[in-house]
Amino acid sequence: MAALTEYTGIDKINGPIVMLKGIPGVGYDEVVEILPPGGGEARLGRAVMIGEDAVMVQVFAGTEGLVPATSRARFLGRPLEIALSPSILGRTFDGLGRPLDGSGPIYSDIKRNINGSPMNPMARVYPRDFINTGFSTIDVLMTLIRGQKLPIFSGNGLPHNQLAIQIASQARLVGTENFAVVFAGVGIKHDDAAAFASSLSRRGTNLVLFQNLADDPVIERIATPRYALTAAEYLAFDLGMHVLVIITDITSYCEALRELSVSRGEIPSRKGYPSYLYSDLASLYERAGVLKGKEGSITFLPILTMPNDDITNPVPDQTGFITEGQIVLSRELDARGVYPPIDPLPSLSRLMKDGIGKGYTREDHPSVSSQLFACYSRVQEVKALAEVVGGDELGDEDKAYLAFGEAFEKTYINQAKDENRDIGLSLDMSWKLLASLPASALTRISMEDMEKYIKPNQPNRQGPAEDAPAGKAAAAV
Amino acid sequence: MERFEKADTNYPNPQNTGSEKTGTEKPGVITMINGPVVRGSGMSHFAMRELVQVGELGLTGEILQMDGDTSIIQVYEDTTGVRVGEPIRGLGRPLSVCLGPGLLGHIIDGIGRPLDRLMEAEGGFLARGTHLDPIDMGRSWEVTPLCKVGDTVSPGMAVAAVKETDLIENRVVVPRGVEGEVEFIAAPGYYRTSDPVARVRGASGVTPVMMYHYWPVRTPRPYKERLLPDEPLITGQRVIDGLFPISKGGVAAIPGGFGTGKTVTQHQLAKWSDARVVVYIGCGERGNEMTQVLEEFPSLEDPYSKKPLMQRTILIANTSNMPVAAREASIYTGITIAEYYRDMGYDVAMMADSTSRWAEALRELSGRLGEIPAEEGFPAYLATRLAEFYERAGKVRTFGDQTASISVIGAVSPPGGDFTEPVTRHTKRFIRCFWALDASLAHARHFPAISWTDSYSEYAEEVEDWYHQHVDPSWSALRGEARAVLAEDDTVQQTIRLMGEDVLPDSQRLVALTASLLKNGYLQQNSFSQDSFCPPEKGIMILKMILDFHNQAKKLVAGGCPLSLIRRMKELIELTHVRELAADDKAGFESLAKRLRERLAKVGSERLAGGGEEEAEPAPAPAQEGRGV
Repeated sequence: MAALTEYTGIDKINGPIVMLKGIPGVGYDEVVEILPPGGGEARLGRAVMIGEDAVMVQVFAGTEGLVPATSRARFLGRPLEIALSPSILGRTFDGLGRPLDGSGPIYSDIKRNINGSPMNPMARVYPRDFINTGFSTIDVLMTLIRGQKLPIFSGNGLPHNQLAIQIASQARLVGTENFAVVFAGVGIKHDDAAAFASSLSRRGTNLVLFQNLADDPVIERIATPRYALTAAEYLAFDLGMHVLVIITDITSYCEALRELSVSRGEIPSRKGYPSYLYSDLASLYERAGVLKGKEGSITFLPILTMPNDDITNPVPDQTGFITEGQIVLSRELDARGVYPPIDPLPSLSRLMKDGIGKGYTREDHPSVSSQLFACYSRVQEVKALAEVVGGDELGDEDKAYLAFGEAFEKTYINQAKDENRDIGLSLDMSWKLLASLPASALTRISMEDMEKYIKPNQPNRQGPAEDAPAGKAAAAV
Repeated sequence: MERFEKADTNYPNPQNTGSEKTGTEKPGVITMINGPVVRGSGMSHFAMRELVQVGELGLTGEILQMDGDTSIIQVYEDTTGVRVGEPIRGLGRPLSVCLGPGLLGHIIDGIGRPLDRLMEAEGGFLARGTHLDPIDMGRSWEVTPLCKVGDTVSPGMAVAAVKETDLIENRVVVPRGVEGEVEFIAAPGYYRTSDPVARVRGASGVTPVMMYHYWPVRTPRPYKERLLPDEPLITGQRVIDGLFPISKGGVAAIPGGFGTGKTVTQHQLAKWSDARVVVYIGCGERGNEMTQVLEEFPSLEDPYSKKPLMQRTILIANTSNMPVAAREASIYTGITIAEYYRDMGYDVAMMADSTSRWAEALRELSGRLGEIPAEEGFPAYLATRLAEFYERAGKVRTFGDQTASISVIGAVSPPGGDFTEPVTRHTKRFIRCFWALDASLAHARHFPAISWTDSYSEYAEEVEDWYHQHVDPSWSALRGEARAVLAEDDTVQQTIRLMGEDVLPDSQRLVALTASLLKNGYLQQNSFSQDSFCPPEKGIMILKMILDFHNQAKKLVAGGCPLSLIRRMKELIELTHVRELAADDKAGFESLAKRLRERLAKVGSERLAGGGEEEAEPAPAPAQEGRGV
């Protein structure tokens, strides 16, 4: 094989893509070093297409300043790899896994291909272990499960980073010494990266940081999440740690993918994104999980900003089809000063059904969460009606719903930036809220639970239905 | 296709594991690599659609195009590290799946490799270039002969039964083109998969009949004749069995944006439908969903046979992060396996989750081949491929003269939940049952979130007779009445949204009340309670109760009784919870029905006797969840 032989001369440069002719024996996805004339720092690239007479190389750092006649290329005969050892904990790397913190590189015999391999579905363990994040909305309505991939759908200017930091620092997984956070900033601002690093390391969390900042090369962004996830796989499945991976912002990642696709001349699909956007995102998201016979786990919280707050944009849309639910932030709630501004209705955790209830959280959890969703959804209809006819014209039951909605947003969704609620407390709060509604509205609560949980919260009422009118009960809230 | 002549049923080498080389034949040479698409030269002696092994790693691929001595190959495994100049070896057969006992209860990938044995061989992550047949050739089975030496047999006739699981008897049938006298038949006892169970002497000599055979996945298996799908596939889901039924042999689509419950609905159907064999394809979906089925099904009981559900289930997993070309193949592998069990005389149900991912795999490969795209980048042949696939479903008479069927239920994942996109639109042309999932129902956690306004079923009339004979003679009348109330409620809800409920006359408010009883008490079904499976009889009991209430109340309201009196009845709250009762609790249902009738009669007579002094009092009404949609 012709590895490590140097070739001089580039035949074509187009954006981040260069073409090299007459090079034998190149492997698909092989790493290439492009050496600029005059001996500058080698630029890493990747063979993305190999044709009969030319190799197409994607250069991570961009092609600025390359001189076709005198630039040299060196093929390394291996895919992109990361060296791994326990000493990566506490370290900060750039978007291509090179140290940024002034300490030396990682030396280790363990080198892994950053693309990983797909997990055999047979080898997975279905995630069932509840993570108490301390947020009532998340814990009761969209429970996070260890090994889940649950993205945060946000918009520019919403406190998604704050939320992610608070989840990372409050989340109670098993022993804390066995817990690590891998954070990858993809195209994020310096300030955000610094805020993240300082608030987590202040809390003494095991942290590995990968940073591709907003002014770093765009094409590098395609590799950054893969470095982070390969490091996470090592920590979880080699060292047995419970790893929380936070990657922000997936939208920047997808835009880099689009840019590359366009310069390769590929036929675009929706909004100019390549047709393989789904498969590509899946190759990141599906790396979360729990494996049979391994102690650790990878829980994945990708953060993405929806362009124009549009949830049908290909990035959130394709993400939602792959991930196990989503946490959707609402600009409207944020404007009303609710923190975290999580909109429960479009949010969802697909894994919660098997990780809550008797033996996991509390037996009343499934029905109370279903009922809260039903009631809050009704609140939206009543609100729409109130806008048309005016609040005073509403019937008593509708007024009770409005009061419920108000209390739900102000006391339940809303919580302080350091408030860590236990799941038991969150569930008790849920029952108090529901008790303000007439019993006939609670169709998701079994007759049995009605006796057990609703009645004690309604001191002045006797029967479930034929008693005080709904309006009075609502006034008690 | 002469290259594939021998490749139809039994391959010459019984130990065929896909790893044999076709002798001294000259291999082709790789000249281009673009992701899963590879070009080779020196391949004029290869056949179109031939299965090949690519590169030194021996990655599995299939020839898609041929031009002179070059050909284009799609590779079913990741091509990282493959180099130009490496060899391409032909296997002399098209992409085929090995069919035989040992498929049930197991999980295979899109090109038919057993994931359980791959895990033993490679560990938790999938490696490349491993070739294994889905069934274990060395495993021994209990065989019972079904014919005697000297019998005359023809294609499709069963010569022996193999006990595959406690639930399903695998029948070894005479392959196509084999006809004659049985010269040897295995005595009752245990035999390995690779042992012949019979030999048939025909005009062209003696042919062994094996427990297994290979079948090219893109070729539909033949049958004698097609029958009208007039028997319902009971799914245990009230909204389906009661309003939008599907037949055994029917085709249905479940479209819905993310989070609307496609997969949960598919799982429910896989669990509770009264098919004998279930083939579940996870096509480009989540790995954990397959794991969930693997963990859950062995511990769930089939409501019909009381045996573990896994014994009748075959899983095909090509998750979203597994290679895209194999995702394209997984649908064909699945339907071929379904046809295999159909040919034994079984009713098979196949769930494909999701057909959109399959269509996207077509799009991705088409793009890599540089084909000119039609709508939204999809290739122009998308509609043809969808039609070919769905037409492999149906109720048939097999060559063994048995009635059998394949019902196909395909999930569709339209981007942005937009049902006008190409895959949903073309799918609608080839299916007859459409279960539209509604995002606002899903947001209110009304599950199954199947919309009662956008969904339809063309099978309702065909299965009517069956329901009238086997369940209840009033089935279609009740169905019509319930749909009428829901449709009327749709317009009533529009008024309520604009002006509030108070402006409506009592007769219309009653429609809204009954519709909300239907939505909360009948259509909704909790998949995590014992209500998860609802036999049709129980569904009818609930429906009757709600509609009887409606008709009785209608008379009272027409006679001047204010609705507020009726709405206050505490029996109505019980009515929204009556689905929590066990299906066999006849007494519970009857008691409530009786109390409802009596209470309504009492309300009516009090009203006549004493005037309406209580009229003014406001009363709690059952909640109206979800928009009228």
